[in-house]
Amino acid sequence: MTTILEVSDIDAGYGPVQVLRKLSFTVDEGEVVVILGANGAGKTTTLRAVSGMIPSSGSVRFRGGEVRGRRPDQLCSLGLAHVPQGRGTVTDLTVEENLRLGAFSRKDQAEISADIASWYDTFPRLGERKDQQAGSMSGGEQQMLAIARALMSRPTLLLLDEPSLGLAPLVTKELFGRISEINRSSGTAVLVVEQNANLALGIASRGYVLETGQIISSGTAEDLRNDDAVRQAYLGH
Amino acid sequence: MSESSTRSSGAYGVLGAAWAVALERLAIGPVWLRKAVAYALLAGVLYWIPTYFASYQVTEYTRIMAFALAALGLNLLTGYTGQISVGHGAFMGVGAYTVAILVTDHGVSHLVAIVIASLLSFVLGVVVGLPALRIKGLYLALVTLALAAMFPQFIKRFSDITGGSSGKEVPRLRPPEGSGLVQDQWIYYLTLVVVVVVFVLVRNLVKSRVGRALIAIRDNETAAETMGVNVTAYKLGVFGVSALIAGLAGGISVLREPFVNAGLFNIDLSITLLVIVVIGGVATIFGPAIGAIIAAELPTVTQDLVAGRFPDFKVDPYRPVFFAGALILLVFAAPGGITGAFKRIGAEGRIQLIQKQMLGRARQVSSGGPDSPP
Amino acid sequence: MSEFLQFTFIGLGKGAVYATLALALVIIYRTTGLLNFAQGEMAMFCTYFVWFGHDRGLPLPAAVLVGMFGGFLMGALIERLLVRPVSKKAMGNPLPIVIITIGLFLGLNGLAPIVFGEQAKTFPVPFGDGSVSILGASIFTRTLGTLAVLAVSVAVLWAIFQKTKFGLGLRAVASNAESSALVGVPVGRMLLIGWGMSAAFGALAGTLSVEGGLDNTLMALPLIYAFAAATLGGFDSELGAVVGGLLVGVITELLARYGTIGAYSVGQDLKLLPAFLLILLVLVFRPSGLFGKGEVKRV
Repeated sequence: MTTILEVSDIDAGYGPVQVLRKLSFTVDEGEVVVILGANGAGKTTTLRAVSGMIPSSGSVRFRGGEVRGRRPDQLCSLGLAHVPQGRGTVTDLTVEENLRLGAFSRKDQAEISADIASWYDTFPRLGERKDQQAGSMSGGEQQMLAIARALMSRPTLLLLDEPSLGLAPLVTKELFGRISEINRSSGTAVLVVEQNANLALGIASRGYVLETGQIISSGTAEDLRNDDAVRQAYLGH
Repeated sequence: MSESSTRSSGAYGVLGAAWAVALERLAIGPVWLRKAVAYALLAGVLYWIPTYFASYQVTEYTRIMAFALAALGLNLLTGYTGQISVGHGAFMGVGAYTVAILVTDHGVSHLVAIVIASLLSFVLGVVVGLPALRIKGLYLALVTLALAAMFPQFIKRFSDITGGSSGKEVPRLRPPEGSGLVQDQWIYYLTLVVVVVVFVLVRNLVKSRVGRALIAIRDNETAAETMGVNVTAYKLGVFGVSALIAGLAGGISVLREPFVNAGLFNIDLSITLLVIVVIGGVATIFGPAIGAIIAAELPTVTQDLVAGRFPDFKVDPYRPVFFAGALILLVFAAPGGITGAFKRIGAEGRIQLIQKQMLGRARQVSSGGPDSPP
Repeated sequence: MSEFLQFTFIGLGKGAVYATLALALVIIYRTTGLLNFAQGEMAMFCTYFVWFGHDRGLPLPAAVLVGMFGGFLMGALIERLLVRPVSKKAMGNPLPIVIITIGLFLGLNGLAPIVFGEQAKTFPVPFGDGSVSILGASIFTRTLGTLAVLAVSVAVLWAIFQKTKFGLGLRAVASNAESSALVGVPVGRMLLIGWGMSAAFGALAGTLSVEGGLDNTLMALPLIYAFAAATLGGFDSELGAVVGGLLVGVITELLARYGTIGAYSVGQDLKLLPAFLLILLVLVFRPSGLFGKGEVKRV
């Protein structure tokens, strides 16, 4: 299994506040990795440091090359897509425009249109609303849109920041099901950070636990599910 | 007057500015003593100026004081409540024209006219402040800019009352008999008294509960509201007071230059006031004064310095470019202006900002639909 | 009737100029969410470029292209060197941006006479000196020409914004820059080009507005009218800028001639009053303007 993302000794924060301390983890090709953590643990900061939204020190190697310090749009061209917290859909644009935007770094016009059509197949609700303003859709629909949009760039690795946030349980379940499906059918690796451990561990092969900016444990999804500390803190039993 | 007099008056101006900065920065001896000595020195210098300097220089210093006063008004609005105004020149104009019209055409005494002018400016400030409640930031700047552009047109339109483009001459306020003062000295001291009194009042205001409420509003309006601050009343009040001070400055300017015309109170004036506030330091008390001194004297000093090597150099055409450069440089290098206090975000606000960043500054956080939890 | 029509045509002529400058304002707003107070002076400065080219023997259309190109460079430079670093530092506080654009306003206005000389320059009249008679009133050919240029500009801009990938990127960046970067939009480049395009349009507006001689007061008042136009039409709408501009032009002209409240008439001297009132009333009661869609208080 080739490692496509290798994060080593990352320090990052906001102004004088340091959030991540010497953070290290990996993601291999085609796998689903979850980072669990409570509020304030640094989950969002982690993804932002990886995708270049915030400055950091340390090393981030993606597909064999050092990418720390590069801009997010450059990382997208390299095959890294990030769905930020709160979806990040561009609310003033229509659904279709959002999808088209996702393919900004691509040049193959015909393929782009084909991809959009296939997303409408996968998510019929998006197709129904394709000329509607993205901001007018429900949270769940926007989340689907955000993920579809990110995948329009045909990334090798998809970063998902708390996809379950603000969504009802049923919707979240369906969402995670879709994410798993997408991972299996397209081979896109997924790094998802979540508070909702149950669902996340359900689709992941490996996981890490993040606490105050540092990884405190890691293992296969099975291991983590059976780990007492993890169960108490994140699984509620 | 001799060349050297020009040079020295400019240099003294800059020295004065430097002194004021040093006052805030040097740390020798107990604070109260430092302050007492400094203020005593300042009082002495200010008192003695009219005796030492030639009449046109005294008038120049009077002019600087009036500008400092107007800038103080603007600073109160922009620095302490964050409401941007690029139109305070219009308030100065209102003050000046009110005095001019009342004194010349209606025989009102100068000082009474100045009081009326100030009150009128206050009312106008509140009136302008009303829509300003709903218009923020850049848009408020736009509205005030339009106001400043419109003012000269107003003057021309009602030229039978205002004198229009040709202007209006105003009778002078003569020094009292037996005071031994000459015209320019008399006006200098009058202006000095007014300016000092207002500066002290504003300083006390800013340090009081009112001042703290204003800063709370500037940094986080909603939080201030929840703390029981009547934001609307404060914002309107500050607009009014700020306009009053500018109007007062305009009114007392008429004492010094007993002539008004439309061209004196245009966009350039409003921009100059903004320049003064920025150079001196937003949200400080001494800032406007220092800014006014620098804005007036630095070009002259530069002229003298450069004219030494290039005798044909005239600074006047370069003045606007000069200030533009200063403004832009300041925003980059010293957002606090000369007194270093561009404290738009207080410590509280900064923590909130960091928190916001950490939680995700998502402007487009979806508002959720039927299937989201409440 | 024909007098009314005459004044309407005059208003259209002026309005067309306001509309072109308003388009420049709209471009900046659509890409950065900012109000550029220096737009007028940038346009004025670029008009000097046009004069320069024409003075050196270029035919007017070529000179205009030179001016627009120069404008593009100027806009891009300003964005890269001044606006971007300040926006980053300012963190949502509008005051530094206001100061920068006012600084540019001041600086460009002062720089023009230094670089090009204080005397007014003779400038060719675009579309000639003639006039055409319509329904008993005469309309200048230059007005017709300006309206034609305006129509083409709006169509081109609309096409760019709505139908091209590039335009999509510009709109996305204005709406949510962070999110756009995450899907591969080079935000910095978009902003740069947005400012460049806007300045180029300013050059066009300046060229169309010269009456008599060219000097540094060219755009001082038109700027206010252009802002009124953009406010009325909606800062994020090209159509709004055009309709707004024409309306502002016609309304101010008609009010100047016919507007009376009791014994007081607006008169030629107080033409800014309707513009000012428009800005004020629209911002208070309908901030998004006639055709605008977005949230106006974004910045």
